[in-house]
Amino acid sequence: MTRSINRGALPGFGLSLGFTLAYLSLIVLIPLSAIFLKSSSMTWDEFWGAVTSPRVVASYQLTFGASLLAACINSVFGLLLAWGLTRYTFPGRKIVDALIDLPFALPTAVAGIALTAIYAKNGWLGSLLEPLGIKIAFAPAGVLVALIFIGLPFVVRTVQPILEDLETEFEEAAASLGANRWQSFQRVVLPTLLPALLTGFALAFARAVGEYGSVIFIAGNIPMVSEITPLIIITKLEQFDYRGATAVAAVMLVISFVMLLIVNALQAWNARRLGRTV
Amino acid sequence: MTSIAAPVSAPAHGAGKFESNPATRDSSWVKVLVLVVGLTYFLVFLLLPLIAVFAEAFRKGTEAYFAALVDPDALSAIRLTLIAAAISVPLNLIFGVAAAWAIAKFEFRGKNFLITLIDLPFSVSPVVAGLIYVLVFGRQGWFGTWLGEHDIRIIFAVPGIVLATIFVTFPFIARELIPLMQAQGRDEEEAAVSLGASGLQTFWRVTLPNIKWALLYGVILCNARAMGEFGAVSVVSGHIRGETNTMPLHVEILYNEYQFSAAFAVASLLALLALVTLVLKTYVEWQARKLAMEGQIA
Repeated sequence: MTRSINRGALPGFGLSLGFTLAYLSLIVLIPLSAIFLKSSSMTWDEFWGAVTSPRVVASYQLTFGASLLAACINSVFGLLLAWGLTRYTFPGRKIVDALIDLPFALPTAVAGIALTAIYAKNGWLGSLLEPLGIKIAFAPAGVLVALIFIGLPFVVRTVQPILEDLETEFEEAAASLGANRWQSFQRVVLPTLLPALLTGFALAFARAVGEYGSVIFIAGNIPMVSEITPLIIITKLEQFDYRGATAVAAVMLVISFVMLLIVNALQAWNARRLGRTV
Repeated sequence: MTSIAAPVSAPAHGAGKFESNPATRDSSWVKVLVLVVGLTYFLVFLLLPLIAVFAEAFRKGTEAYFAALVDPDALSAIRLTLIAAAISVPLNLIFGVAAAWAIAKFEFRGKNFLITLIDLPFSVSPVVAGLIYVLVFGRQGWFGTWLGEHDIRIIFAVPGIVLATIFVTFPFIARELIPLMQAQGRDEEEAAVSLGASGLQTFWRVTLPNIKWALLYGVILCNARAMGEFGAVSVVSGHIRGETNTMPLHVEILYNEYQFSAAFAVASLLALLALVTLVLKTYVEWQARKLAMEGQIA
């Protein structure tokens, strides 16, 4: 009996953990540390100058602003879609459900050129919007459209399983206490969904901040206007400004770490919440 | 990211359970409103780009379409994409199984931290993923001088593309296997070992049948990302036509040369790959769900 708690009960611990750590170090950790080592070889003034030049700051504003807005829009409509997919029967539901994951499967460059074709002046939607004075392709709005596309599945896929598992008893109790549907959604369903909704929001935001492929085609990439931060890194690299590129990359990397910690905390909250309510 | 990992264990659909219950049934105008708004959003932001790829690809007719696909540069891009996926997917598969075995079957300190580290590549921008390999293997990088002396090219060559692809697809299979194998515990494996099975026999006969659908699910998603990666590969590729161009990079070059129909023709192959991925993914989810339900009944 004592053997089952013992590490030696099953073979392969040393081999599997050793391989895992070696592969992780070689592919991920050691190369990532290059960013920080290279940054630390710069003087503080050099580093600060590289990451706060006006063109770079303008790119942060666009990248984070558009990512935040796209994640907000996807939270509202993602919740709506998840609700429709779990609560209602309608023809074609299974196909819609399967296609929600398209942005995970469609290469970003393909999404980028397709969105550009749609929203360009002579495109299907661009030609309708142009007479109204709305310019989407080759403008900051194009960045938003691309980020909405790539972030769309996150909120749907985090909220959907919670909605499916939700027992009907809670809403029955609310109804028997005299709540109407809106009150019961607002007071009973929404609080249960909140951790999942926030997780989906954070995942969509984190993905959008680093996104490159789908954005560069539609953005027009005008410095100070529609240039995203990942593109700044590429531009600096092409000018052989490795130090500048690395400094901006270090900023992005720190933000990724912070987002990862936030997502982990939200997921832990989600798991605790589920443990309590179900 | 995480949401990719979730659906394997998703429960059976039951919209009916909500619609038949007066306490959870929405009035019909709410249903119509939600569906009209939600599906319009789905149509405009998701379906329209997919349709546009194929419409643009065939704009100049089927002849131009197939001419773009059999172009030597396109064929070489297809070959390189297949090579990159054929190397990175098996490597990440071995890693995923090893990591899940260590994490799910044994107790050790720092396990949660290790799981977080495995997730790390998902939150790193693809451009940063490409840059790190330039800093390590590029001409000015750590090993740049040594590699130059020995005439080995990694950056702006195939090995760099493979490395970048491995990085961006790193967590896909591990992420699917870790939660599943943790939930399954180690009782079955311990029984097999106590009956005299070797480690390999135990894995092959006991563990593998239990995880095959999750494994397949991870492989499908990993492969889709490996073939479609753009940002990371773009940094390390150098864009040498016929040599270091993958399919997504070839799409970009054609597009920037205003060869729109040809760009969309190659893009349509990638879109087709995405659709096949979704079909396989749905099938695997369906199988996993069926298995889970049989398990509940038994």
